[in-house]
Amino acid sequence: MKIFTCIKYVPDTSEAEIKLNPEGTEVDSSRFSFDINDADNYAVEESVLIKEKYGGNVTVVSIGPKESDVMIRMAMAKGCDNAIRIEDERIASHDPLMVARVLAGAIKDQEFDLVLTGCMANDYGQATTGVALAEILGVPHAAYVKKVEIEDGKVKAYRELEGGLMEVVEINLPAVLTIQTGINEPRYAPIRGIRQAQKKELKVVNLDDLGIAEGDVNAEASQITLEKLYIPVVESKAEIIEGEPEEKAEKLASILVKGGLV
Amino acid sequence: MGNVLVLAEHRRGELRDITFEMLSLAPSLAKDLGGEVMVLLLGNDLDQMAEKIAGYGVKVLVVDDPLFADYNSDKYQKVISALIDDYKPKLVMLGQTAQGVDLAPALAVEKKLPFVADVVGLEVEDGVLKATRQLYSGKVNAQIAFKPADTYLVTIREAAFEAPEPAAAGTIEKLDSPLKEDLDYRKFVEYIEAEVGDVDITQSEILVGIGRGLKEDKNLPIAEELAEVIKADLCGSRAACDAGWLPSDRQVGTSGKTVKPKLYLCMGISGAFQHVAGIKGAKTIVAINKDPNAPIFAEADYAIIDDLHKVVPKLTEKLKELKG
Ligand SMILES: Cc1cc2nc3c(=O)[nH]c(=O)nc-3n(C[C@H](O)[C@H](O)[C@H](O)COP(=O)(O)OP(=O)(O)OC[C@H]3O[C@@H](n4cnc5c(N)ncnc54)[C@H](O)[C@@H]3O)c2cc1C
Ligand SMILES: Nc1ncnc2c1ncn2[C@@H]1O[C@H](COP(=O)(O)O)[C@@H](O)[C@H]1O
Repeated sequence: MKIFTCIKYVPDTSEAEIKLNPEGTEVDSSRFSFDINDADNYAVEESVLIKEKYGGNVTVVSIGPKESDVMIRMAMAKGCDNAIRIEDERIASHDPLMVARVLAGAIKDQEFDLVLTGCMANDYGQATTGVALAEILGVPHAAYVKKVEIEDGKVKAYRELEGGLMEVVEINLPAVLTIQTGINEPRYAPIRGIRQAQKKELKVVNLDDLGIAEGDVNAEASQITLEKLYIPVVESKAEIIEGEPEEKAEKLASILVKGGLV
Repeated sequence: MGNVLVLAEHRRGELRDITFEMLSLAPSLAKDLGGEVMVLLLGNDLDQMAEKIAGYGVKVLVVDDPLFADYNSDKYQKVISALIDDYKPKLVMLGQTAQGVDLAPALAVEKKLPFVADVVGLEVEDGVLKATRQLYSGKVNAQIAFKPADTYLVTIREAAFEAPEPAAAGTIEKLDSPLKEDLDYRKFVEYIEAEVGDVDITQSEILVGIGRGLKEDKNLPIAEELAEVIKADLCGSRAACDAGWLPSDRQVGTSGKTVKPKLYLCMGISGAFQHVAGIKGAKTIVAINKDPNAPIFAEADYAIIDDLHKVVPKLTEKLKELKG
């Protein structure tokens, strides 16, 4: 099995306020810690599990800055074999179709059986890149995959639908699967793996190295324009319970009891 | 002509809500674009569904063929692609659902359509189509303009728009399937029902919900002890279930359960729309989260902005006292 696994370095914005630049075109992400996108972490684990079962090789592909090398090394510490990091300012990164073209450019000339992506990146939340990538590569796909079984050149993909219902589809290899969280239990990198990862190959390339024309993936090539970002006004009807933690607890307890809610 | 083509979504003989939600958006867009609304209904054995959709005053295009007895993205793509060529709609609309995300991006690539996914707002401004979508789990909005093209493609977020009431009688037109033969590279095998657990949280009166903010499974007793005192069942966000803190049948949200308790008290849950979609039926919502900007507060009736570790044990203690 020759596997390519696409991973993205994303900011953890779950606990913090987000600030925009004055022009309202970019998020000020300087205060955030970055790490591998949630679903991609599961995709890494799944690719390593498949390799452990069927043999083969896992190549990590990521478009991102130098700082993301830490994330890529971590994926290699968990068992991925080598990596390609694409760094190029010219890519229209707000458009997942352009991102997919670049990823395809890094993969298309090599042999592959499977490409795994996360089902959705938590920063932009588009859930688009993987299926677009499949179409560009000209191979079948399945999105939102929560279980994978491989036999006889085919993959049985268990797709998660709404309400927890699963749809099982059988597709021919090579194929692209977009991996849903919860498909496995991502491992911790073993110390030995962390040491070995330093010696594995991490190629850093740009569009020219990949033979991708700038005009195919830049802001002009994109058919959409990001006009502005803004912080939405959240209308909350909530009664905010104030005070020290203990007071808040007391106030809430009495609201619940007096209101007959408990 | 600026027609709007909406793909009706259905599963196992039932139209899904997103179909009608899209019909709340489509008419005004069709008007602004100078065309009409057409709904594509693709599948097998569709008469009843076609009638129902026509009741919304739209033109229903029906492709009814055993080839489409089960959803298959590749076959669907072939049909939609052919109909785009035939009908040249200005705008094509799908749901951002497990079906739509499996289909729309490939269609966009194939037909070279400008595409925006997971749209929560869509309008025509000075002749330019503009979409609003959310970034960073709802903490930032983005306005995106489409560059001029013959056909635009969007997927619409579920439950972001309210379905309209049925209006006038529309029309139904049956079409021959543009696809004549089955495809062999992707086959539907079967559906597998969600697991049934020990507690059916869709029936619970009181629910305590936990999220990633709980941090580790060794903190579970914080929630369990509270639940015990107020006789609640435990449930959680996807993150809590993925982490293995709770079995997956306790997951609340679009890919989990839709709950309707009298009281939903949640801690360490950010309130992603996929989660919130599952708690719309809760009567009273209490949220405890240390981030004042957490989207969950938009849903809450009572909000505590604080560290759950400091507040919840005290809350449990107090409730124990009050309830004797
Ligand atoms: C196709 C698809 C389907 C999905 N379906 C579902 C679904 O059905 N249900 C669902 O829930 N999600 C679903 N998700 C995932 C969803 O997008 C979110 O990732 C998930 O809901 C986040 O869970 P969370 O709120 O627990 O974690 P986070 O978003 O990480 O939030 C953790 C919160 O805890 C708070 N916190 C941290 N520490 C503390 C503390 N000490 N005290 C108080 N607060 C604290 C933080 O401020 C933060 O708001 C789905 C995603 C996809 C792509
Ligand atoms: N910059 C990137 N580098 C590598 N993979 C990416 C990148 N952006 C998106 N992906 C992959 O595409 C998936 C879905 O992303 P999205 O369509 O943006 O929600 C992610 O989970 C990644 O696997």
